[in-house]
Amino acid sequence: MEPLVLLLLPLVPLVAALTLIFIPREKTELFRKITLAATSISFAGTVFLFVRFPLDPAGTHFIFRMDWVPALGISYQTGVDGIGLTLTLLHALVSTSGAFISLWIKERVKEYSIFYLVLVASIYGVFTSLDLFFLYLFYEMSVIPMYPLIGIWGSQNKVYATTKLTIYITTGAVLALAGILSLYGAAGLQTFDLLAIREALNVQPVGIEYERWITPFLLFGFGVIASLWPLHSWSPIGYAAAPSAVSMLHAGVLKKMGPYLMIRLVLTFLPNGARLWLPLIALLATVNILYAAFAAIHQKDLKFLIGFSSVSHMGYVLLGIACFNETALTGTILLMFSHGVMAACAFALVGFIYEKTHTRMIPDLGGLGRKMPFISVCFVMTAMASAGLPGFSNFVSELLIFIGAWRDYRWPAVLAVLGILFTSVYLLRAVRKVFFGPLTRDWKGAEDPKTLLARLPFLLLLGSLLLFGFWPEGLLRVIQPSAALLLGGS
Amino acid sequence: MILMAWAILWIPFLAAVAIPVFFLERPKAAGWTATGALFTSFALSIALLAQLGIPAKPVESSVPWILLPGVTVEFGILINGLTLLMLLIVTGVGSLIFLYSQEYMAHDKGTPRYFACLSFFAFSMIGIVLANNFVEMFIFWELVGLSSYLLIGHWFEKPEASEAGKKAFLTTRVGDAGFLLGILLLFGWLQAGGEGTFNFLAIENLLDGIRRAGNGEAAFLLTVAGLLIFLGVMGKSGQFPLHVWLPDAMEGPTPVSALIHAATMVAAGVFLLARLFFLFSVSPFVLAVVAAIGTFTAFFSASIALVQTDIKRILAYSTLSQLGTMVAALGLANPQAGIFHLGTHAFFKALLFLGAGSVIHKLHTQDIRQMSGILRKMPVTGWTFLAGTLALVGIFPFAGFWSKEEILMTAWHQNLLIFSFLLLTVLFTAVYMGRLFAVAFLPPEGGKTESKKKEGDLSWLMKGPLVVLGIFSLLGGILPLKQFVPLEHDFHGPFFVTLLGLLAGTAGFLVTVYLYHFQPKRIRQMAASLGPVTKVLEKKYYVDEVYNALIRHGQDRFARFCDLFEQIVVVEFYVNGTARATRWAGDRLRKLQTGRVQFYVLLFSAGVTLLAYGMILWNR
Repeated sequence: MEPLVLLLLPLVPLVAALTLIFIPREKTELFRKITLAATSISFAGTVFLFVRFPLDPAGTHFIFRMDWVPALGISYQTGVDGIGLTLTLLHALVSTSGAFISLWIKERVKEYSIFYLVLVASIYGVFTSLDLFFLYLFYEMSVIPMYPLIGIWGSQNKVYATTKLTIYITTGAVLALAGILSLYGAAGLQTFDLLAIREALNVQPVGIEYERWITPFLLFGFGVIASLWPLHSWSPIGYAAAPSAVSMLHAGVLKKMGPYLMIRLVLTFLPNGARLWLPLIALLATVNILYAAFAAIHQKDLKFLIGFSSVSHMGYVLLGIACFNETALTGTILLMFSHGVMAACAFALVGFIYEKTHTRMIPDLGGLGRKMPFISVCFVMTAMASAGLPGFSNFVSELLIFIGAWRDYRWPAVLAVLGILFTSVYLLRAVRKVFFGPLTRDWKGAEDPKTLLARLPFLLLLGSLLLFGFWPEGLLRVIQPSAALLLGGS
Repeated sequence: MILMAWAILWIPFLAAVAIPVFFLERPKAAGWTATGALFTSFALSIALLAQLGIPAKPVESSVPWILLPGVTVEFGILINGLTLLMLLIVTGVGSLIFLYSQEYMAHDKGTPRYFACLSFFAFSMIGIVLANNFVEMFIFWELVGLSSYLLIGHWFEKPEASEAGKKAFLTTRVGDAGFLLGILLLFGWLQAGGEGTFNFLAIENLLDGIRRAGNGEAAFLLTVAGLLIFLGVMGKSGQFPLHVWLPDAMEGPTPVSALIHAATMVAAGVFLLARLFFLFSVSPFVLAVVAAIGTFTAFFSASIALVQTDIKRILAYSTLSQLGTMVAALGLANPQAGIFHLGTHAFFKALLFLGAGSVIHKLHTQDIRQMSGILRKMPVTGWTFLAGTLALVGIFPFAGFWSKEEILMTAWHQNLLIFSFLLLTVLFTAVYMGRLFAVAFLPPEGGKTESKKKEGDLSWLMKGPLVVLGIFSLLGGILPLKQFVPLEHDFHGPFFVTLLGLLAGTAGFLVTVYLYHFQPKRIRQMAASLGPVTKVLEKKYYVDEVYNALIRHGQDRFARFCDLFEQIVVVEFYVNGTARATRWAGDRLRKLQTGRVQFYVLLFSAGVTLLAYGMILWNR
């Protein structure tokens, strides 16, 4: 039962997307309903899997396998360990909330819905694939719908933004592809099966010289999508241009594919190469944290501010990976979840404010707290989550990363702690200007979402942050055994 | 029994959650929910005390919260005498303030939000008091910061208020960053030694062993950790130079000020010093720093209070000064005296703020120069305020006298320089409170009274807490507050030290009241002759200006630099530059594609020739 459900997670949105092609374009409501239904079904499936996930024994569960090109050792194989499951849960939360936010789209709903569902499907594919070939296929597949989604439904400099974003991420993907192919050759197994490659490399690692040269391809290739400094500049402008739901998915989930694949491929397959290169990643990650935080302080556009904020937070994720120990890695995966949910919520809120006020410029806005109490409370909560306030799971994850980093990377850890301070500076400045103080204009149309359904995406996202903030074990007990297993094999 | 302690913690939390869910449109119900919840906690605290007495051994109870290999964090409660005393103060004084708020905030638009935050504030503070490990302490520590942010900025449409809330949050967060680093350092060190734990009692036991072993490296590390954790105290308890948020926090509703200054928030820092005294006392250097900063803050803020004209700001600086005194007591290795003063101070400072609140509520001004004769106009407020004033000044037999005397005695024993500065602080305290009282509460010069209007319409919801707190300000010193905290050393001293402190307070107060009441001209002349000094004091020693300059020229400049770097170097130069270079190369290469076969043949043969040469050279 469970392997089948897991198999269906990417298939449901994909089939829905294919179905939409044959529906006449006037039926706007139907497109919306199908999008909502498809994402919700996958969401329900993910929750089901999360509840049913066996904690013992640690490892990959719910495996489904179907040979595809046996000659090359390619098979369609899906399954999740605790890490994959956590990120799948993140994606389920964000993509479903995003489907609600997508209701705001008024133009070309048909095409939008199709692209959106393909995007959703491909990300599910990345997090559940156990076959290198399909993993890469889904990875590339997620970039394709992004281009039109930003280029057509975006705003403000959208063509430049989407071109830049696509070129960047594709370049990163090509770098990574070189690494992956070489790895395929080096394992010498004629298989793309991740579990089999892992077994083989455990028994007989590829030589250190080889690892030394191949690791940076993967690290920096995936570093691009993780917005590793200085490869990050596609990120703030890309998010600023994208429609809200796409920003949510991109900042919340897509970006996490970079660190996810670093963990999955580099830490697992090339541990010795990783040891050589990770100190550099730690250094760059520290730059990420501080540089992007300071850049965020200076932003006037709310979406740019959150874009830089997400670059800054990815620094914590990358630092956690660089630590290469169990505590930090567990924290990192929890942070990928927490930051993903938080960033999605932030972009949804900014999108909502833009819908109502038609501006995102911080100096123009002011006093919205009186007009939109619900949105203001949500925004303050999101800001606090982002600033690592206890009660939200972000706090626990950052704490674990700090503890994990303390032994080997003490000064980066100290700087990262200070980074939280600057995070609160730019967020509270924005909150102060946008929501507090007197009204700068009368903001006629500015009002809260009225129905529970309209509030649902915000409640869903913030609720999950609070749930795992109060009860971090809920995720940690799933993540930790897998993290230990992943590192133990090296 | 332990269940009762858990209930004390969670009942206010439930109120904080219930109010936004059920009572968002019903301010009255919201108010009574919050007040009822805290009163219940107070009653349970008393019951807990009745059951446990003052426990000789700490009582502990916990549930696991994070269970990772090598990193376990529990969520627990640790009850000893100190905890019980703090619980009583927080819930007791807190309840009175909640009660008072009902009337004070009755006509406010955001009353339910106010009470939800207030309950959350109480919850966070009780959490600090009960926490049994560093992580939990830090969690509630941050939540207190959040609550104060929300409450100080309650009137968020007012720019000053939202600015003050932000300032409070960020300033205390500077300290919190230090606190977190201290925790990480300590835990990292313990973990390296194979005993990674956050639990207070466990760490206390470990430190005992280490202290006996006398390890040099450990001593250094504990000193650094102690200093870092003290940064957290400085933030929350407003010690120089992280004191700047506290006076600005006066922008919040006055009961919030009372709560922050008496029962919660600022008390947290002093409490932490006492709770972790086992850690701070390992290093004499840390204690010396604590004492020095406390004493300096005490003196420094008392001097600023001398010239303030806003009634709440005078009280705010007096809080800073009193907190400095408490911190100094802990630095001088006398936690008992520090906590004693924390307790008595909670009574009279809550009273003074609530009194000030009543005055502001009636007169709609905070400037003492626009007030006069309050003692006659509002007798209950006036007389209770006098009781609070006398307690603050430290006049026999009011509560402040007893606790302050203990601290002075300790200082006399430990360090004469500190003693003299604290004595000077007592004198200053007497002077600024005398001035406040004479100007605002006594009738104007000559004693002629305008209207003899009584306060009449101030309800007993507001007067009741004033009277209760007034009684405690009078008798609080006789309560056995000291017995809750064990004495580290015995500081007996000669009687004349007591006398000196009493004299400084009494004489200072009486002379000032006399001068301000009967000789206002002389005062004005004196102030004029001290022009430059007054100016510096009025500008609060320019600390805010220094910070603003640091923020503007340091932080914001660097932010601009990063942003420009992003735009010019990252985006323009090397991203768009690469794009341009690619296009340029493409343009050049395109020219090669001429479409003429002859040209291709030419290139082809040139290539072959070059290859041939290359092979020949290579093989040679």
